[in-house]
Amino acid sequence: MNMVVCVKQVIDPEAPPASFKIDAATNKAVQAGVPPVIDHYGEYAVEAALRIKDASGGKVTALSLGVNLLREVVKKPLSMGADELVLLEDPTFDGGDSWSTARALAAAIKKLGEYDLILCGREASDTNAGQVGPGIAELLGLPSVTLVKKIDIVDGKARVERVTADGYEVIEMSLPALVTVSNEVGEPRYPTIKGIMAAKKKEPVVWKPADIGLDAALLGAAGRRAAMLKLFQPVREGKCEMVEGDTPEEAGANLALKLREAKVL
Amino acid sequence: MTEHKGVMVFCEAGNGKLSSIAAEGLGAGRKLADDLGGELNAVLIGEGVGGLAQEAIALGADKAYTIDDPALKDYRMDAYLAALEKAVKQAAPQVVVMGQTAIGRDLAPRLAFRLDCTAALDCVDLAIDPQTRRLLQTKPVYGGNARAIFTSDTDPQIATIRTKAMTPAVHDGSRKGEVINISAGIDPAAVRTAVIDRVVEAVEGIKLEDAQSVVAGGRGIGSADGFKQLEELARALKGAVGASRPPCDNGWAPETIQIGLTGKIVAPELYIAVAISGSSQHMSGCSGCKTIVAINKDPEANIFKEARFGVVGDWKKILPAFTSKVRELLAG
Repeated sequence: MNMVVCVKQVIDPEAPPASFKIDAATNKAVQAGVPPVIDHYGEYAVEAALRIKDASGGKVTALSLGVNLLREVVKKPLSMGADELVLLEDPTFDGGDSWSTARALAAAIKKLGEYDLILCGREASDTNAGQVGPGIAELLGLPSVTLVKKIDIVDGKARVERVTADGYEVIEMSLPALVTVSNEVGEPRYPTIKGIMAAKKKEPVVWKPADIGLDAALLGAAGRRAAMLKLFQPVREGKCEMVEGDTPEEAGANLALKLREAKVL
Repeated sequence: MTEHKGVMVFCEAGNGKLSSIAAEGLGAGRKLADDLGGELNAVLIGEGVGGLAQEAIALGADKAYTIDDPALKDYRMDAYLAALEKAVKQAAPQVVVMGQTAIGRDLAPRLAFRLDCTAALDCVDLAIDPQTRRLLQTKPVYGGNARAIFTSDTDPQIATIRTKAMTPAVHDGSRKGEVINISAGIDPAAVRTAVIDRVVEAVEGIKLEDAQSVVAGGRGIGSADGFKQLEELARALKGAVGASRPPCDNGWAPETIQIGLTGKIVAPELYIAVAISGSSQHMSGCSGCKTIVAINKDPEANIFKEARFGVVGDWKKILPAFTSKVRELLAG
């Protein structure tokens, strides 16, 4: 089983909301004093791949695209147990949209050659776009299933559970294929000391646009097909009326009375 | 080059009727079509959906395209994508609107890439720019911390809409429109997935998405037993129980009741958030609620910035008293 997992370096979505600011001049989000992290949805994808490797063996290659990729961040899949790390790191890749990003990742996966299963997070926690995974599958002509919570490899096929509004579907799909996963897959494992040591020693393979055979005009900002006109934070009203009481029990009862008074109850 | 005109809404159906998201899509689509000065087309894909074409017309469609075939009984991406591609190529709309549902999120990006376009998923607002005449796609980004407005350079401009974000179309049985049947022509060999089982994780009582009151618990609830207390309040309010992500990840509550960017979107009249800190990712799922009430031990919790009424303190002490007072008030 050859597996490729696409992971992204993002600003930390778990950081306090107060640290999140938008730079109006560049239309970009900035997070002062908080280091970037590997996208959590991507970590679930790494975990899903490692579980398949645990069950039936195989090789897991992590693939990241971006600029200023911090090695201690993008090496996390290696420290969790992935075998290889490939980085598409070049200013040409910067400022892309789902279209140009998926094109670059699909070209890189093609160059990797043998693959049976590609795994992505359901979306990245910064753009929340949710298009790169299915987009890669379309570009490579593969079947895809989004929002998968369990993957079993049975007789050369993937048997996956896809989350639906009221439960899940069990879907059988031919390989090679692509799946996107989310938190339903279960908590990602912590890197072990051994894994961290191995990741430290391992140097990622870095590919430039020429290595994946794509023209710069198709990549990053130049290859965009969608434009972001505006990035903003919705204004909150922030008028919370606090209800009190001499005891917590009294406060609880007072809350009910307050809701009745406000005609909410 | 094809000239793209008007708006097409992909209408999901289930149990022999159009889904609520179809009415929301047609409501949003009608306005966009009018602003563009074009037609509103509905497209229905499935087995036995032909009979629903009039329903789509009553909800504002000028034309309803139906692709009715036993091969489309289950949602299978390859088959649905082929059918939808056919309808979109025939109608050549400028804008395609779909729902951000289990099907929409799976299908919309594939359709976009197949047509050499991009999509914007989970839009909370769609409008036509009066100057450029392009579709302005507003959607949450950074886990709900911010919103962004996108435009696409290519046609069709494809967007999925968040559930409950758009005003549904009003049913008008007197509306007339044209029904166009398209043959599916699905090649079974080209369908690479098969649905071999469907599991419904039944939740007792009122469906979370339909409830007018929601009692939701967060990390601070601490156990599955804690959620039983929330159920008591929900019963008193004739509402449903929801949860933020940590209780679902910890197995205290089923995944199907997770509310947030990665869970369900709810918009009840009353939302009672118990021991929920109010992360952006959670608030994304309940920002449409009319009145948010928060109970949390941390006076600095973000939830109090979103709530209309709040109590600071230990929910274990506050909630039973609140529940019994609510019962008393509703009984009297």
